[in-house]
Amino acid sequence: MEKASLREAYGRALLELGRRNENIVVLDADLSGSTKTKMFAKEFPNRFFNMGVAEQDMIGTAAGLAASGKIPFASTFAIFATGRAWEQIRQSVAYAGLNVKIVASHGGITVGDDGGSHQAIEDIALMRILPHMAVIVPADAIEMEQVIYTIAEYEGPVYVRGSRVNFPIIYNNGDYHFQLGKGSIIREGEDITIIATGLMVHHTLEAAKELENCGISARVINMSTIKPIDKELIIESAKITGAIVTAEEHLIIGGLGSAVCEVLSESYPVPVKRIGIEDRFGISGKPEALLAYFHLMPEDIIEAAKRLLDCKPYRLRAIA
Amino acid sequence: MEEADIERLKAIAKDIRKDILIMLNKATSGHTGGSLSVVEILVALFFSKMRHDPNNVHYRERDRFVLSKGHAAPALYAVLSRCGYFDRKELFELRKLGSHLQGHPDSKFTPGVEVPTGSLGQGLSMANGIALALRLDKIPSRVYVLLGDGEVQEGQVWEAAMTAAHYKIDNLCAILDNNGLQIDGWVKDVMNIEPLGKKWEAFGWEVLEIDGHDFNQILDALDKAEKIKGRPTIIIAHTIKGKGVSFFENQVKYHGIAPNDIELEKALKELDSN
Repeated sequence: MEKASLREAYGRALLELGRRNENIVVLDADLSGSTKTKMFAKEFPNRFFNMGVAEQDMIGTAAGLAASGKIPFASTFAIFATGRAWEQIRQSVAYAGLNVKIVASHGGITVGDDGGSHQAIEDIALMRILPHMAVIVPADAIEMEQVIYTIAEYEGPVYVRGSRVNFPIIYNNGDYHFQLGKGSIIREGEDITIIATGLMVHHTLEAAKELENCGISARVINMSTIKPIDKELIIESAKITGAIVTAEEHLIIGGLGSAVCEVLSESYPVPVKRIGIEDRFGISGKPEALLAYFHLMPEDIIEAAKRLLDCKPYRLRAIA
Repeated sequence: MEEADIERLKAIAKDIRKDILIMLNKATSGHTGGSLSVVEILVALFFSKMRHDPNNVHYRERDRFVLSKGHAAPALYAVLSRCGYFDRKELFELRKLGSHLQGHPDSKFTPGVEVPTGSLGQGLSMANGIALALRLDKIPSRVYVLLGDGEVQEGQVWEAAMTAAHYKIDNLCAILDNNGLQIDGWVKDVMNIEPLGKKWEAFGWEVLEIDGHDFNQILDALDKAEKIKGRPTIIIAHTIKGKGVSFFENQVKYHGIAPNDIELEKALKELDSN
């Protein structure tokens, strides 16, 4: 299974964007080696601003640059970007409606050993709640690269959640085109829909293969744009399959699962199970061990899917 | 500065004060004291120092102004209106539903407002960003940012202070409205910010201290600041909260209270008699 770094993909895309457009500017808060903004900094030192360990000022400065026609990309770890500087993002970026791109690395518990203080499990919720803010969680490095090119063209504030760990490649066939606000069906199925984001897209595909062996046909959706969410695709999936599992490396409160439930409960209610982190913080450990510990593995998705099928008002197919 | 010019600015300042009081009275809420303390600073900037054009609001070479102490919005609105950014009638819709004049400055609604402010401590960071963008684009405009004294209790101000010095942002001039009062009382009692000048100096800034109600001193300082290269400048303007109306001056009560009808009448009379 081929894996690739979302951070490297971001760094490469940023560098290429910098070559194409001199209005691209980049800010970082002392983590440019980790976030890979260093690649841009090396080639364009005059358009790169290391703000030191000062996330609030970084966001405000980015807002000022955007107010003057620049396209700022501001990067640091997800928890510091969205948590420490939340109110700056609210006031100076979202409320202002300014064209600032916040691209964070180190989303979720796969931050690993550094522990709960550094694991952003609330970032999607924190950004999703802000008016005007688009929220994107790429599923692999190929999608990350496309996301970065896309948001550079899009006018408005965006949050992109990346990761410390490398993700298995999902889109290796070269014909995928990321569209802001559109989920993508990566596997068709009729019995149940599993809507996933980020690393969980891969785990969901693994789960879907196993479910097929059990006679359950699962539709798998990569919902990389959490906001604005693809309502049509969610409702269509509910109509076709009658049950939905969501999977995310984030709290089940406020993230993808919540967003999907908001759509379904108002428009087409069906049984739902949200896979994610329960109401608690992360802890230290290796990423793989933590994914198992927090029940974010393919087998957890399989179990949830099977249980949920029992809740469906009528069975579409006999389960082996 | 010619004496006649100073007299012209003084006359404008008097009218601005009257507009501020009337608009606050009509809004029935808002920040009286901190609006009156910045009148001379705003009048000096918008009617003398800054290059700007109400008929071409977004022209590239304009000087930029950021009201970091956003609660002084009434003063800014009165000044913008008098410059011609919008009709004076709009002033009296302040804070009302559907008004172009929000409770705190909002660039989405009001021409002449560069960025929204109101949540304290964020304006200097934004002003730095604007100044850096101007420098990248080789536009010779200057950026002015007005801070409150209570506002510098916000940690982000000092992050931004470091940034301005680190990146040698010399196309930026901060002005600090040092009126000594904040909503809970005297700044020195609530959370002492002194020694203010030494703090900014230690952060790498050029510090000028003036009487913030004296047009000659304000304009001299603004000219001086423009000549200082390689570091940012802050003008610490010593002011009086509620300046111009005796019974508002140095009264903490009028930080966030609008004049009622009786107070307004008395205040306008007092302003007219001076």
